[in-house]
Amino acid sequence: MATIELISKRCKGCNICVAFCPKKVLELDTLGKVYVKDQGACIACGQCELRCPDYAIYVTKEEK
Amino acid sequence: MRTYEKFFRMNRLPHIWCPGCGNGIVMKAIVQAIEKAGLDQDKTVIVSGIGCSSRASGYMNFDTLHTAHGRAIPFATGIKLANPELNVIVITGDGDATAIGGNHFIHGARRNIDLTVVLFNNNIYGMTGGQASPLTPHGKKATTAPYGTVDRAFDPCQLAQAAGATFVARSTTFHVPQTVDAIVQGIGNKGFSLIETITQCPIAYGRKNKLGDAANMLKWMSEHAAPLAAYNKLSDEQKAEKFPIGVLYKGAAPEYSAEYAKLIKQAMEGKK
Repeated sequence: MATIELISKRCKGCNICVAFCPKKVLELDTLGKVYVKDQGACIACGQCELRCPDYAIYVTKEEK
Repeated sequence: MRTYEKFFRMNRLPHIWCPGCGNGIVMKAIVQAIEKAGLDQDKTVIVSGIGCSSRASGYMNFDTLHTAHGRAIPFATGIKLANPELNVIVITGDGDATAIGGNHFIHGARRNIDLTVVLFNNNIYGMTGGQASPLTPHGKKATTAPYGTVDRAFDPCQLAQAAGATFVARSTTFHVPQTVDAIVQGIGNKGFSLIETITQCPIAYGRKNKLGDAANMLKWMSEHAAPLAAYNKLSDEQKAEKFPIGVLYKGAAPEYSAEYAKLIKQAMEGKK
């Protein structure tokens, strides 16, 4: 399991995180900001955080 | 929150860069590298020129200088000579380093002064409206080259190496951990270090050349970048399609501020 922290006021809706997510966890809403569509599918790979140019998404892997 | 965020001026975020711009990725790589290299925040100076890339100094929580166009390296040279203890990191763009500041760039490399230059290469003058820069690839469109640019582009890595830099690396915004690693090594090198980071400009460059959105431009980098060892094994035809990344050159040469200190000592002792 992973926690995904979004800082919406920094998100500019560039779609990089959505495009690089291998599990299609993220999507842009009608205002063009990212939201978590399917939290359960997240594997905490961190691809979204790695290339977010606006520091708007943070993924932390939770220890079981 | 991440530990490297202490190196950001958090009240200045979100930054001004366009949606999808890769500069934010490079700026994060720089602060991560500073953290990894263990530099003292009070003994690190960030110097930038003018351009989209050079806005980065305003978001970074160090002593920072946002200088005249193309003149980041001369300011940084002055800082380093005035106080050689400081770690001086220069943030520059493709136009800033290779056009307006082209001469300063090659002479900084020639002197082998201990600066770490991170060149944000987005292939275009983004801030002023998408004019072609010396790093716009041949045939690519810009507002000043509506039919594609006739000029051939510089290879800034080869330029720096030929001019005398002792550490030359190239990375991209797709290869974030490699970028961090290259900057750490550049900081570690006592001499002129160039880290060219290829970054996407989806607005001024990508749109004009129909390269798709920021994610598509990142995928292009992943498909066309080859680690140096793999690149060297390619045939000439294959090489035309790719570009090498990683540490491209490491050399050894006397460092300028150390040589200068020796000279001062010699003169103070009255020797000729």
